[in-house]
Amino acid sequence: MQELEHGQSFLIRRPYTFKLGPLVLLIGYSLAFLSQIPSLLALSDSEASSSRAIEEGAVVSIGYLKQEVKRLIPLSRLNVEPGDLGIAGAEIALKDNNTTGKFTKQAFTLDVERVPIGADAIEALRKLVEKGNHFVLVDAPAETLLRLADSVKDKDVLLFNVSAPEVRLRQEDCRANVLHTAPDRAMLADALAQYLVWKQWQRWLVLKGVHPEDLAYLDALHRAVRRFGATIVEEREYKETPGARRSDTGQQQIQLQMPVFTQGAPTHDVVVVADEAEIFGPYLPYRTWDPRPVAGTAGLKAMSWHPAHEQWGATQMQNRFQRFANRFMLPLDYQAWIAVRAIGEAASRTQSSEFASIAKHLRSDKLELAAFKGQKVTFRPWDGQLRQPLLVAGPELPVSMSPQQGFLHEYAEVDTLGIDQPESKCELAREGK
Amino acid sequence: MSVHKFQIVIAMLGSISIASPSAAYTVYVSNEKGNSLTVIDSTTLEVLETIQVGQRPRGIMLTRDGKQLLICASDDNTVQLLDVSTRDLVGDLPSGPDPELLNIHPLGSPVYIANEDDNLLTIVDLPEREVLAEVEVGVEPEGVGVSPDGKVVVVTSETTNMAHFIDTETNTIFDNVLVGSRPRFAEFTTDGTQLWVTAEVGGTVAVIDPKTREIIKTIGFEIPGIQPEYIQPVGVRVTKDGTKAFVALGPANHVAVIDAKKLEVEKYLLVGKRVWQLAFTPDDGLLFTTNGNSNDVSVIDVASLKVVKSIPVGYAPWGVTVSQD
Repeated sequence: MQELEHGQSFLIRRPYTFKLGPLVLLIGYSLAFLSQIPSLLALSDSEASSSRAIEEGAVVSIGYLKQEVKRLIPLSRLNVEPGDLGIAGAEIALKDNNTTGKFTKQAFTLDVERVPIGADAIEALRKLVEKGNHFVLVDAPAETLLRLADSVKDKDVLLFNVSAPEVRLRQEDCRANVLHTAPDRAMLADALAQYLVWKQWQRWLVLKGVHPEDLAYLDALHRAVRRFGATIVEEREYKETPGARRSDTGQQQIQLQMPVFTQGAPTHDVVVVADEAEIFGPYLPYRTWDPRPVAGTAGLKAMSWHPAHEQWGATQMQNRFQRFANRFMLPLDYQAWIAVRAIGEAASRTQSSEFASIAKHLRSDKLELAAFKGQKVTFRPWDGQLRQPLLVAGPELPVSMSPQQGFLHEYAEVDTLGIDQPESKCELAREGK
Repeated sequence: MSVHKFQIVIAMLGSISIASPSAAYTVYVSNEKGNSLTVIDSTTLEVLETIQVGQRPRGIMLTRDGKQLLICASDDNTVQLLDVSTRDLVGDLPSGPDPELLNIHPLGSPVYIANEDDNLLTIVDLPEREVLAEVEVGVEPEGVGVSPDGKVVVVTSETTNMAHFIDTETNTIFDNVLVGSRPRFAEFTTDGTQLWVTAEVGGTVAVIDPKTREIIKTIGFEIPGIQPEYIQPVGVRVTKDGTKAFVALGPANHVAVIDAKKLEVEKYLLVGKRVWQLAFTPDDGLLFTTNGNSNDVSVIDVASLKVVKSIPVGYAPWGVTVSQD
């Protein structure tokens, strides 16, 4: 029996691997289980008392601001963005909140504002707030989000960033009035890196695009490599500029291009792609020069939600969502769902519809949000980021959930994903807000 | 031993030594991924038989007369009836979609079934196999407790985080108690003075006074060397004499033993991996735990608080129940 060593981050316990018959790999861990030591924690009952004290007719109004942006069509038509992406997630969470509200005498409303390309998001937010929506989900690019946050900084308004993955929004550009339910690139890269390292695929051939978001993800990969002990054997840039995304000429050229692009690389275990712009990444699986798995922004990816995730009660969520939206539930839907659920949970726990008490509960460690991830999720007080386990998934099925066992943390293993308090550049961390 | 002879032996043992720990009971275990039921002899602790049942069997319970076993076949959207003498499936109950756990009125009918997918409690007449009523409850109902006097049914809803109190005369909700996050199981004590509700994500157990619907105490757990997020209480059982409660702690791989008078944790017992549900033998001599990730059942000797055996069963064991004789 081994005891977990507290205070030592990111130690890897190598899995013991042995074969049991052909093709059957059993991976055993030695986890620490100390038993027989009785202990007791008596919790305060005030947090969980009966719901009869609630004022009648309390309404919590939630806004949803979606800034439309121009997007390239994805390489695969399976990935065409649904028109109600994110919004459907918020809507079903609203139903969940109102089912609970039936019993707690609370009602929740959702007010959706779609801001057309080129239109004024600030004005749209002002309208939402004027109508009494003090909690507003924002699906917008990072720059817009920051302008929105600054436009309401003196008001009782809390924004939820449901989509922007920029690390700087949780770091040097963090804002006191923003909580993030979208994982940032650091969390995504860490979740993937932990799995690859656990799998002993430590030698990475990194293929990168040239767009700013590709480079931002690449930065997150570099950080993950340093933290978890992987090696980048070579970085290659994909310079070809694509024309139309499909052509009548078809797949033939790609079938030749991808092997050549990956030819002659140093020995590597896995190809890791940094191509958020989706110029070439999805073309790589099954076409690399050496037969290697593909991970990163294509192939095996880290994400907050996968339509085939069924563990920890997720089946019910998927069924509920599919019946409601007539499509699969995607990460952005989940990120919006969890924001609205967090508001609902804080409202029912505090038995209040007041902005201040809900906002306070959301940021506290008393938030106990069940999120189909096998553990409660909470917001990191130092940067407002939702700490949550992330799925590592292929196109059809989840493969694993990170943090991986063996990556240790002083307080919470899930804080091995993303930027931890001691390294945080967010001023809020120092102000202790 | 033939089934027939086996039953005679049970009958004889039952009539000779009513509360003897050596009495042979039959233990039924549902295997969620194996789509099967494992039948175990409580004396020899050997597997007697494995029976193929519907898809994703989870909650199981014997009818009050002990003649049939009700099986929630979640992915078949039905509750199957197994004749325990022939071990054949003999029918279905109209359960509503995705039944997960159920409970039975002390008089033997109706059956209360939680439909996790549909925010409903379905109430079914057992002899007629007919739906009597549906009660709208919170999001993702799961645990179902019935008070010993049969007057109150409690349903826990996992996303609403409540225990809903339902009057069995009118089939309407008369009170709701907010409990810890993701409540999964509700168990009345035999004397009816306490209701125990586990909260899987909250990591706690709430002990509620069913009369006042106030929480008497919320009990937390702490096991050295195990991170708090792995402590996920699911099944709970209290001994008939009300002295001890046992709580299955999920991926913490332990069962907590609680002094049910003082409401304090006494001990943690190491069992198999991802422990889901618990069931006593009728004499409270043995406690069986289903361990979903190690495909086995741990057997706890209640008097000595020792894990005395682990029995390999089917793929991903989930529910467990024990015959009364």
